[in-house]
Amino acid sequence: MDSTAFRIFVLCFLLMNGFGYGQSEGMAFIEGSRYIPLYGRDSTVVEVKDFEIDVYPVTNAAFIDFVREHPQWQKTKVKKLFAEGNYLYNWKGDFELREDVDLRSPVTYVSWFAAKAYCECQGKRLPTIDEWEYVAMADKKMRDARINESYNQQILSWYEAPKTYKNSIGQTEKNYWGVYDLHGLVWEWTLDFNSVLISGESRKDVDKDSNLFCGSAAIGATDLMNYAAFMRYAFRGSVKARYAIRNLGFRCAKDINNIE
Amino acid sequence: MKLDIKLAVANYFKGIGVLGLICILFFSCADDGKKELASAVDIPVFQEMEAELTSPPNVPRPVGERKAKKLIVDMEILEKEGEMTNGVSYVYWTFGGTVPGSFIRTRVGDEVEFHLKNHPDNKLPHNIDLHAVTGPGGGAESSFVAPGHEKVFSFKVLNPGLYVYHCATAPVGMHIANGMYGLILVEPEGGLPLVDKEYYIMQGDFYTEGKNGERGLQPFDMQKAVDENADYVVFNGKVGALTGDNAITANVGETVRLFVGNGGPNLVSSFHVIGEIFDKVHIEGGDRINENVQTTLIPAGGAAIVEFKVDVPGTFILVDHSIFRAFNKGALGMLKVQGEEDKTIYSGELRDDIYLPEGGGIQSMPTTDELVKADQTAKTPEEQMKFGKQTYMQTCFACHQAEGQGVAGAFPPLSKSDYLNADVDRTIGIVLNGLTGEITVNGEKYNSIMTRQNLTDEEVANVLTYVYNSWGNSKKVVTPQMVEKVRNNPNL
Repeated sequence: MDSTAFRIFVLCFLLMNGFGYGQSEGMAFIEGSRYIPLYGRDSTVVEVKDFEIDVYPVTNAAFIDFVREHPQWQKTKVKKLFAEGNYLYNWKGDFELREDVDLRSPVTYVSWFAAKAYCECQGKRLPTIDEWEYVAMADKKMRDARINESYNQQILSWYEAPKTYKNSIGQTEKNYWGVYDLHGLVWEWTLDFNSVLISGESRKDVDKDSNLFCGSAAIGATDLMNYAAFMRYAFRGSVKARYAIRNLGFRCAKDINNIE
Repeated sequence: MKLDIKLAVANYFKGIGVLGLICILFFSCADDGKKELASAVDIPVFQEMEAELTSPPNVPRPVGERKAKKLIVDMEILEKEGEMTNGVSYVYWTFGGTVPGSFIRTRVGDEVEFHLKNHPDNKLPHNIDLHAVTGPGGGAESSFVAPGHEKVFSFKVLNPGLYVYHCATAPVGMHIANGMYGLILVEPEGGLPLVDKEYYIMQGDFYTEGKNGERGLQPFDMQKAVDENADYVVFNGKVGALTGDNAITANVGETVRLFVGNGGPNLVSSFHVIGEIFDKVHIEGGDRINENVQTTLIPAGGAAIVEFKVDVPGTFILVDHSIFRAFNKGALGMLKVQGEEDKTIYSGELRDDIYLPEGGGIQSMPTTDELVKADQTAKTPEEQMKFGKQTYMQTCFACHQAEGQGVAGAFPPLSKSDYLNADVDRTIGIVLNGLTGEITVNGEKYNSIMTRQNLTDEEVANVLTYVYNSWGNSKKVVTPQMVEKVRNNPNL
């Protein structure tokens, strides 16, 4: 094949791909953009590329299917290195839930390794912190609702609602992107959950890494959003990849250019 | 070794005269100071022991003569709903299930092995900063713990005193505002002098979306916290934690020691016991003792040890003498003292005389009999009207006026009031709980605030019967039972 023909072929392929893009099942298309996160590596504008994200968190039912096909992630077979002792603690056995646990509830008590493996086996991956925060800053109507008082209030009130991990998926309001349950159900793993390091000493972090707080102005924090988001960062900072926690589930994401 | 050196120095200077003596004194003082610090580290620990933890207002048994030990402290963090005051609930974050958290009692030289457990049902990570710890973050650095996990760290207790502990996880202010604080006592070698009664009291300020007294589950209000505009200032986590049946007690002649902390997050406490003078105060929980103190200042994140002997019986009121907090925001506790009266110290009321500034014959009046009668139950409709009118004139008159005509644009009328006559339960509820927001009365809109009234069921029944049977209203009779029904049913 001569090189011109090859070029045309590639061009056609790219055009087709761009033109004929179809949304993956159960996922929402997220149009990327630049945004300012609460804080990150340098706390300036971050660019998020187009990507897709699961509309719902992964359920117990879906995770049962997964461990049937991938026995190394079953409750009794998982390596201790990849999941601590209470992995799938609310399951009775490898394929059965305890009586008070619902199939349509989000799977929790999963380690980061298990969540990552689950997504990879679906041809997906975990969302990054930036992607997750980017999608989660939307409310019903706005892409960035962080200035909206009711948005913040809703998140904060979830922190005060007990045992929400028992709820089924999809009961919270759908956001701008058509994604459910980012707030109000469970915390969610992200691919790079430990990239923003919060040591045990939150106040020292504030001191030392003042550049993380937009010139530390945010630390005056009259803004509720900072507190709501800050707690997510604090939570992520307190966990390790092998932890399995009652309030912590996950969902998957996917790059657009990886779509087959 | 050190002693030998001191002896040698002393021998060397022996006979050199006054100058030499001063030098020796200087030397030995400096040496002593150093030795004390060094020795706290060097105190050996014998055996292991589980620390006794108590919920407020109780404290664990005194340390006394016990040797320094490896002390295991087992503390669980619980996020749970509790009652701030009647009808108002709040989600507290707690150390050991209570606000303030469990009291920890140690002695100098103890090696504390701290187990911090974050209950799996909790939403958030937490940690603990103990002001008694010498080390980064007061332990916060090594105790940052995710839900469903347990962190262990240990520290040597070096300085005697009463210290605050609190959660220091981001957002720090919110964790403290939700109740994550408590006290750890470090007793000196040989223990504190024994007293008859010891109690644990800790002040804290709370910030809720609704105003003081507004019913239902009240979420935390960050903006009010930042503005330091507290809705509740309380002892031991809630209004009434130390009043009525929950009051602390003592007997005449006993010595009482209060371990008083202030969790903040924002407000400084002017701690005072009405009718008592503190014989001794360990200022800021440290070594320095002040005597004969009326009010002691306790900084947010600080503490004081207060001691006094109770000489006469009665109820002594504990307050933050920033006094609106006490009577309007909840910072009120009670110490009930039982025993023999001592008329030489306090006589009680001797007489109630008539006072005539212009002079003339002083006439005595018998005390209080009439007042007692007014407190009695109304036996007839006439009496109900009479008592009701008394209450009306004391409580309602200023706003609603003598003929119930109200004040146009400000306070709604009670005479011929459609709003009043439409729903008697609602009316009772308003007297009990207050009312805020817009209402329409006889076609006019009113938007003001009526505060909740501190009246007994009896008084409410009387005053409403009076109102309903005056000024062209529906002539309804309100009974104490009807009031009680509304009081017990917040949904009405």
